[in-house]
This record gives sequence, C-alpha cells and structure tokens, in this order.
Amino acid sequence: MYFLKRLTYMIPLLLVISAVSFWLVHLAPGGPFDKERAPASPQIKHNLEAKYHLDEPVWKQYLRYVGGLAHGDFGPSLKYRDHSVTDIVLQGLPVSMLLGWLAFGFAMGVGLPAGFITAVQRGRWQDHVGSFLALLAVCIPGFVIAPILVLVFTIKWHLLPVALWESPAHAVLPTIALGLYFAGKIARLFREGMLNTMQMEFVTAARAKGLGENTLLMRHAVRLAVLPVVSYAGPMLADLFTGSFVIENIFQIPGLGVFFINSSLNSDYTMTVGLALLYAVLLIVLNLVVDFAYMLLDPRVKYE
Amino acid sequence: MSDEQVENSKVSVERQNASSTPASPARRAWRRFRKNRPALFSAWYVVALLIVIAAWPVAIRIAHSAGPAAAAWAKNHAPEQLSDAQFQPPDAQHWFGTDEHGRDVLSRVLYGAQISLLVGFVGAAVSLIIGVLWGAIAGSAGGKVDGAMMRIVDVLYSLPSIIFVIVLMTTLGEKLKQLPVVRQSPALEKELRLLILFVGLGAISWLTMARIVRGQVLSLRTRPFVDASRALGASPTRILLRHIIPNVFGVVIVYLTLTIPAIVLYESFLSYLGLGVQPPMASWGSLISEGVDQINPIRIYWWMIVFPGGVLVSTLLALNFLGDGLRDAWDVKGS
Amino acid sequence: MLRTQPRSATTQQGGFRFQWTLRAAFALLCCALLFGGCMRRDPPADVTIINFSEPQSLDPAIITAQPDMRIVSGMFEGMTRVDPKTGGAIPGLAERWEISPDGKTYIFRLRTNLVWSTGDPIRADDVVYSWIRTLDPATASDYAGQLFYVKNAEAFNAGKMKDASQVGVTAVNPFTVRVELNHPTVFFLDICAMPMASVVPRQTIAKLGDAWIRAQPLPVSGPYELEFWRLNDKVRLRKNPRYWDAANTQSRIIDLLPIGSASSALNLYVRGEADIVWDKELVPTELLDVLLRRPDFHTFSYLGSYFVRFNVTRKPFDDPRVRKALALAIDKKRIVQRITRGGEQPASHLVPDGTAHYVSPEGLGYDPVLARKLLAEAGFPGGKNFPRMEYMFNAPAGGGKIHEQIAIELQQMWRDTLGVDIELRQLEMQVYLSEQDQMHYDLSRSSWIGDYNDANTFLNMFVTDDGNNRTGWSNPRYDALIRQANETTDVQAREKLFQQAETILVRDDLPIIPLFFYAGINYFDTNKIQGVYTNMVDLHPLNAIRKVKPKGQSLLTPAATTR
Repeated sequence: MYFLKRLTYMIPLLLVISAVSFWLVHLAPGGPFDKERAPASPQIKHNLEAKYHLDEPVWKQYLRYVGGLAHGDFGPSLKYRDHSVTDIVLQGLPVSMLLGWLAFGFAMGVGLPAGFITAVQRGRWQDHVGSFLALLAVCIPGFVIAPILVLVFTIKWHLLPVALWESPAHAVLPTIALGLYFAGKIARLFREGMLNTMQMEFVTAARAKGLGENTLLMRHAVRLAVLPVVSYAGPMLADLFTGSFVIENIFQIPGLGVFFINSSLNSDYTMTVGLALLYAVLLIVLNLVVDFAYMLLDPRVKYE
Repeated sequence: MSDEQVENSKVSVERQNASSTPASPARRAWRRFRKNRPALFSAWYVVALLIVIAAWPVAIRIAHSAGPAAAAWAKNHAPEQLSDAQFQPPDAQHWFGTDEHGRDVLSRVLYGAQISLLVGFVGAAVSLIIGVLWGAIAGSAGGKVDGAMMRIVDVLYSLPSIIFVIVLMTTLGEKLKQLPVVRQSPALEKELRLLILFVGLGAISWLTMARIVRGQVLSLRTRPFVDASRALGASPTRILLRHIIPNVFGVVIVYLTLTIPAIVLYESFLSYLGLGVQPPMASWGSLISEGVDQINPIRIYWWMIVFPGGVLVSTLLALNFLGDGLRDAWDVKGS
Repeated sequence: MLRTQPRSATTQQGGFRFQWTLRAAFALLCCALLFGGCMRRDPPADVTIINFSEPQSLDPAIITAQPDMRIVSGMFEGMTRVDPKTGGAIPGLAERWEISPDGKTYIFRLRTNLVWSTGDPIRADDVVYSWIRTLDPATASDYAGQLFYVKNAEAFNAGKMKDASQVGVTAVNPFTVRVELNHPTVFFLDICAMPMASVVPRQTIAKLGDAWIRAQPLPVSGPYELEFWRLNDKVRLRKNPRYWDAANTQSRIIDLLPIGSASSALNLYVRGEADIVWDKELVPTELLDVLLRRPDFHTFSYLGSYFVRFNVTRKPFDDPRVRKALALAIDKKRIVQRITRGGEQPASHLVPDGTAHYVSPEGLGYDPVLARKLLAEAGFPGGKNFPRMEYMFNAPAGGGKIHEQIAIELQQMWRDTLGVDIELRQLEMQVYLSEQDQMHYDLSRSSWIGDYNDANTFLNMFVTDDGNNRTGWSNPRYDALIRQANETTDVQAREKLFQQAETILVRDDLPIIPLFFYAGINYFDTNKIQGVYTNMVDLHPLNAIRKVKPKGQSLLTPAATTR
C-alpha cells in the first residue's frame, strides 16, 4: 500500500521536476541555434526556431512538451537533429547501465570486505591502512585517477585497451576508475555500520548469552550493519546508471553521462529536460527498491 | 551531493534518538578528540597550510619593495606573472616547477588554495545556513508545512545539480552586470562572480543538511524537556532557538566538516568542465585539470599534476580525518 | 571475552571474505553475460579515423561543422566534388558543364550512369529537389546562405517568394541542370562541391521526414553508404558499389570515431587503434615540439584565421587609435612560438596566405612604442583612466585550453605594454556565441575557417550588417569594394578591389586584430596510409584513402595485436 502511494506521488513530482528544469534551461542565456557561423540571413534562424517552436512563450512550449510526454514523446534533440531524445537515451542508457552495474559490483566487491576487515580489526594496522585507502579513494577526483590508470595499464604496460567500448577488456579500466570512489564510500559506510551494530545492546546481550561469534555476527550484526550501505545504494545506482561525464569522456564510452553535461552546455532544451526526468525516475524507483530492501532486512522498520 | 544521503537514512536517525546528551559535551568531545591522533595531525596540517597560504602573498608583497634581488624573486613568483621559462621542472628557483606560461606552480597552488578553500568554507557555510533553517523550520512546524517543504527538497534532490549550476553561473553572472553597484565600480564584478560560485555550490549542497536537521528536530520534538518547555508556554520560535537548534549543533558541525571537502571536490569538477573560476585566477581544480592534460604517452610534465593533485588530495584527506575525528568526539552516531 | 574476540573475528573474517567473494563473483558473472547484448564487437574496419566531435547531424542540409562535413561528403555528392590533392572542385555527378560568357548561367551535364545505392536512377529532378530542399524555410538549413548566389534563392529562403519554380535552378531534361546566378561568382563550382548542394534521396525524405538519415537502407549518391551511426561511439561507412566511380574507391569499410580530447586521440593513435587523426583541435600543443619532429605528423597551412573582434560600438573601442594601440601591443610571434606551437604563422591581415588568386596587403605589426603613443593620443597615457574592459572567450568542456592560454598571454601583453588591464571572461560555447551575436562583449576571441578557397569567404563577413560581422563596424567604402569585387570576373581586377578593402580592414579601421593563421596537423603513418593529401581547405575525400600493408612487417603490427 505504502509503495503504491509512493508511486502515485511520483507523477506530480515528475511534472514539477520537468517544469522546473524546463524553466531553468530556458533561463540560461544562449540558445541551441547560436552558431559560430551566422546564417546568411536572420530569417534562417527564425525558420529554425519556428520549426522547433522556440519562438513561442515558454509556458506554451512547456504545455506542448507535456502534451508530447502524455504520448510518450520526449521531443527531438535540438543539437542532434536527426535523433529524438528517446533515440539517444535508448542508445546510451544500456551502455551506462552496464558500466554502472560493473562499477557497482566492483564497489561492493571491494568496499564491503574492506569495510568488514577494518571494522573487526578496529585500531589495528589493517584498520589504519584500509581506512586510509578508503578515504583516499573518496578524495581523488575521477579525472585524475582515470588518466593515471590509462597511463600505467595501457601506455606503459600494454595490458588493456586505451579507450572505446568494444570488448570486456575495454570495460576494465572504466569500471575501476568509476567504481573506486564508490568502493571507498561503501567501505567507510560498512565499517561505520559494523562498529555501531557490534556495540548495540542486543549484540552484547547475545554475546552474554553465549551465542557463538560466528552465527551471531552473521545473523544479526551484518544484516543491520549493511543498512547504511543499502540506503546509499539507491542514489548511488541512480548516479551510476546515468553515466559519468569524466569517465565517458576519457574512455570514449557511448553512454549518457556526456549528454548530461553537454546538453545543458549546448542549450539542448528537450534533451536536458528529458535526462532530468530520467534521473528523477531512476532515483525514485531505486529509492523505493531500497526502502523495500530495508523492510526485509530490518524488522523494526515499518511503512504505513 | 547524493553521497551523503546515508546520513539521513531512517536508521541513523533512529539511532540518534537513543543517544544521550552528555553533561558537558564540548569538554568531553575535546578530550576524546585529543586522543585521535590522525585527526589531531590533520588539524595541525590544515592549520599549517592555512598559515602558509596566508603568509605567501604577504611575503611576495614585502619582497616587492625590499631590494632588487628580492623584487626579482617576487616578480618571478607572482602567480599571474608570465615568463619565458615554460615547463621548467622543479628546481631551487621554482620548487614546484613552472607551467605553460612560465608561471610559478608553487605560487599558483598557494593562490589557488585561497580560492578552493574559500569555495569550500563559504559554500559549506551557505549550505549550513539554508539547510539548518529549512530543516529546523520544517521539522518544528510539522504537518502540511513540513510536507510541502520536504517535497521541495525532494524535487531539488532529483534535479541533476549540473543544470542548476550551469544556469546559476551563466544567468546570474549576466544579471549581476546590470546591477547599479557593479556599474559604478566594475572591479566588484570579479568578486561577485566568485561569490556566485560560492553560493551556487552552497545552494546545491544544503539539501542533505536540511534532511538531517529535520530528522533531528523531529526526534527532539518528542523529548521530555521540549514537552516541558511547551507546557510552560514557550513560543515555537523560542523552542526552536533555545532548545532545538543548540541540540542539533553537534550533528551539524560534523556534517559541515564533511561538506567542505565535498564542495572542494565539486569545484574541481566544475573547473574540469571549464565552469570554475575565471582565468588567470587559479583554483586547485583548474590547476589539476591543466595538469591532467599533461598525462600522455610522449612526455609528462609530472610536476603540473603531482603538486596540485598532492596538495588537494592531502588537504581533502586531512579535512575528512578531521570530520571523522569530530564526529567520534561529539559522539554523533551514538554508541 | 575481549581477549578472544580478535581471534574469533579473524576466523570469522575468513568465512566472510569467502562469501562476499562468491557473491561478487556471481554478480560479475551476471554482468559478463550482459556483455553479449550491450558490447558489440564490430568486424575491423579497413581504416579508422579520429574525426573530432560527434556529428550533430548527417543531413547535408543541416550540418555546419567541419567534422560532420568530412563524413557527409563521403555519402552525398553534388555536381562537383573535391579533388583530394588540391582541394579544388572537379567533376562529380556532373560530367561537364558550360558557363555562359557573362558568368551568370551554368549548364551542368549529368553522367548518364548515375544511380542511388539502392539502384534507382539519379536524374536532374533530384538535383533541383535537393537544392530547393536546402533553401526551403521548412528545412531550416544553416548553410542555405551559400546558395544565395542563385537567382531568387534568398527570397525563397526568407519565405518572401513561395513559388520554388522561380528559383534559378531548373531541370532542362533528365540529364541537364541549368543554374542562373544573380551575378558572376568565380567560386561557384567550389560551392557546388559543398554538402548543402549535394544530391539527396527525395522518396526517403518524403517518407521519413526529419529522421530520414537513419533510414535502412539509406540511398546515397556518394562513394560510401552509412552502415551505422552510434552516438559517441562511431560512424561506420561501407563502400557503395553502385557509385559511378566505385572502381576508384580505395577502402571497403571506414570507421570515424568522435573523440574530443587530444590526449585520448593521441593514446589511441599511439596504441595503433586509429590510423588517422585529422583535426587541429586533436593535437596536444604542449607536445608539439616533439611531435612535429616525427615523420607521421604532417603540418600544413590552410584557410583558417584566428583573430580578436572589437565591439566598436563601445567606448573606447569606437576610437581607431585605441584599437590600433591594442593591436600593436601584441607580440604575435610569442603566441605562435610559445602557445600554439604548431607552425602557425603570425597574421597581420585576415585572409590567410596561400588563398587562391590573392595576396593580402600587410597590416599592423608589433610596435610597442607606437602603441603607447597612439593610446596616449586617444587620451589614455600609460593606460591611465582606461575603462574596465573584458576579453571574452569560450571554454570547451573537458577539452583543450588553447583559447584560455591565448587570452592569458594577451592580457599580460596589454598590461605590460600599455598599462591597460583587460579582464578575462570565460563562457560556455553557446553563451559565448549568443553574446557575440548580440554584441554583448568588449573584445571577443574569434576565428574563421574558409568555406572555399577564395578571399571572399573571409572579407565578405565584415560587410555592414552581415550576420558574421558582429563588431558593429560599418564602412560604406568597404561595402562598395566588396560588392564591386564580387561582380568582377577578371581575376586581377578582383584582387585589386579585395586588397583595397582589406587594407581598410587591417590598416585603417581595424575592427579586428588578426593574430595568426591556423596550421593544420594530421597524423598518420605514410607507410601505412595513402591518399591523404594536405591542401588549403583541409578536405580529404574518404574515397581516396587506403591502408597499405608495409612490406617486410609481420601481421603483428600494433593494430593487429590490440584488436
């Protein structure tokens, strides 16, 4: 019931988001058809604007846009005029999602064990080294780590391809470069969660009752300790699925991240609004999934 | 800024309910903080860095008028002084080497630090003010007001922040020029532009703060001492100011220290996109993105990436350690 | 209890690590399975070219950017096409043509064996349709202006004339196209080779509208068919066997990669994943001193000018003395030697050296003394009281920083020589363009790449109220000279007129400061790639390009090992 309610609440939210982003992009100076080379007569630009209804007042354009949305039409891209927004999203989203999943897997695969080790070894050297590395991963910008990875693994050692998106080998470096930050984040969160749950009353009580450390930690502690990671997973996946400008730019990956930045910079209005909506939908749905996972993991949480 | 979303997870909020407020939180916190060696070391590092950053321009200014040798040194190390000595590796003269315009990298890193740290601190302060007020008002008002205010946060949360930043930087920048103040003294514009950057970054990072504060306030509202105060006839404003805001202080301080590095990092991303500070000014982000261009298979001017990158990363590390230390000291997550 | 904890925790951790590793491995396996669907490995191309930015479109009427034109001119051909060696116009779909003695009428004779890649014949009607489509206001073509030399074309494009049959392009018979011009235009055959004048498939466009370029199969008139176009991934072209000159199409499959960053381009090239890199933006300038010494880096001058626009409607730039002072204070040599470093030539005039049938008059050089004198005469001795002015330039996202670097140099030179403080204003591309167009600037970075090899493509833009003028500058004498030159067919008389006009532009009035002429740089190994020639227009028709297997080398060339 609760989830249904959340879903119905999504539609007005999306409308507001589309309205706000529509208004925002039109606010910025510069239009999609400003070119370095002026058309031979001002008429040509007028023709263009008339063709895409940019000569109308913004509210009218917005109503037109919403009318299109009702039919599932997100409009044509104003920058890539042969493509509709839907075309571009359908091309880019699978790539970004695949890379996103890989980076997610990498981040979880590295972050969770690291978080676990640093937590159970609290105060020992494993903790210090692990925590430091986790923090380091969070502090290095992606546009620094990616070129360094390229330099080392492809130019110096010839182990992996430089860029492009063709075979599984092509995915290795982008996955690491993209996932490293999140791995650090997850390690920190999981460590935190572990430390908190290990100090909780029920854990201490269970210990006192003589329950073995193994089953105890397995059954209860981890289940609770992973909750912060779970709630982080929602926004993290929404970020990952919509791609990263830096990684896609450096590794030449045909995902959506580049469009997120460039569409705003190019005043590609329809594209920007379409992507904002996509991001919002992903975020809402993933947060719902997260809440659901929460309910399964933590019996104390109930939604009405 | 979605990274910090965890902080507002329902569980952490619930857990915070259980934490008891210590008798003299500040003193206890300080005692604990002192024992945390990485945090203490980080604090010293940050302080030392701030001193160097503040002292460097002064040194250059003094040297300017202190004999020909010193003046030459000052000219050589002015952050915006071009010279023929392009791409010099680090040596006795230029400790961090020079860049493509023959400018001293050390000097640029230190001047860039001013911008980057200012962006971080001011941006965090902006996020603090908006976030705390928004969250506190929503939380204490409750009901429909709370609902409406949090829906606004939801909407802003789901908007990709980059759209926001681009519009803010481009639109506001042009709007500012029309201001009468700016027309009279055009030199102000440069400062105002920087201010937009601060405000812009703050404006996209207050959302999480608002959510955290609201959560705290909601849990505080049901506490006995607040009930008591209410029963004694205190106005909602009074309750907000006297009881609620002081009690969320710990969480806020901790979150603030973690927001600063996040904003510094975001600024570097904006600089990478060419949306950051206006040249010839530098920030760590703009220096690093210049340095990153030098990574190639033929020849690497390593000093252009290693030094700015090293200072940025070490400072972010220090700030994070500091934040962690403060959090443990204030015992925010409860134990 | 406390004592036992570490030990048990360690054993615990072992079990855990195993479990998580197992799960992670499972997750990775699932992902690996997904690869099949999402990562396609295409059969290798014969030639892979790094082509700078992603094409905005492949519709010949819509495109404006050079990278897009390089692809499209491989797919659609017009009456003439570009000679790979000289860059000039040679017969394309038209086998020959006759020009009337007054230079105003062109009769194009089409080849009789022309067919679309789908097998349908190409006739004169298709040519007329294609030109009218470019001019049609509904198409909203940016480059429609290039066809305004044709009679009534401008009125039709502006919507003032509804009847397309009044436009001066007609099909006399299925193999003859007659074109009437407003006045003699010596570079008209070059214009016929440009994409917006190429022949496009009428039926497909009628059926699919705006998305016609993505039709399967897409009928093309040029040497290459579009096999696929994946945004930000690649454009793959496949040889069109029905092209009239298919026998001379050298490569079967050509991949064009959209790559915007110089370091990625260089990395791919060095690792052998790309054969040719051909955009001046794709050269890391810091490395040029090393790169230019390599045999596979080819530098050449071409028709591109880099200059600064003044907004002459703003004080003090309404005073030519101030404009001249700023120009004379610039050490252009330092900029080309220390910043651009690709063999660019410092410019004192706008039209690049090497333009056909034209030698520019000398403009202003580097003269700090005169600069200071002029500035003082204008009322700003030593830069005193000079108002706060801004130099505007654009910033590419995640790309090169050359404009910023030049801006920083200029700022310093003006400060050092004149005592004038010019602020820098960095803008995003679209904002920059719109600000320039609306003249919301003081000084603006500018550049111009010639559309065809003639002085007119540079000089015509500073005619009063031309959409590309963007300086507010207007000089009736200049306008008259340009108009007169364009109605003259005699090469020498025309050159004289253009020279007089350019003298006004770069010596007397100076609404712009020319900084340097671009140098083009292509990189490819001449032992492996043939058919790319350097020419003034930087056009390299795809059908001439081929890869040769160097003798005596094993199959394990870099390209073979990495693929």
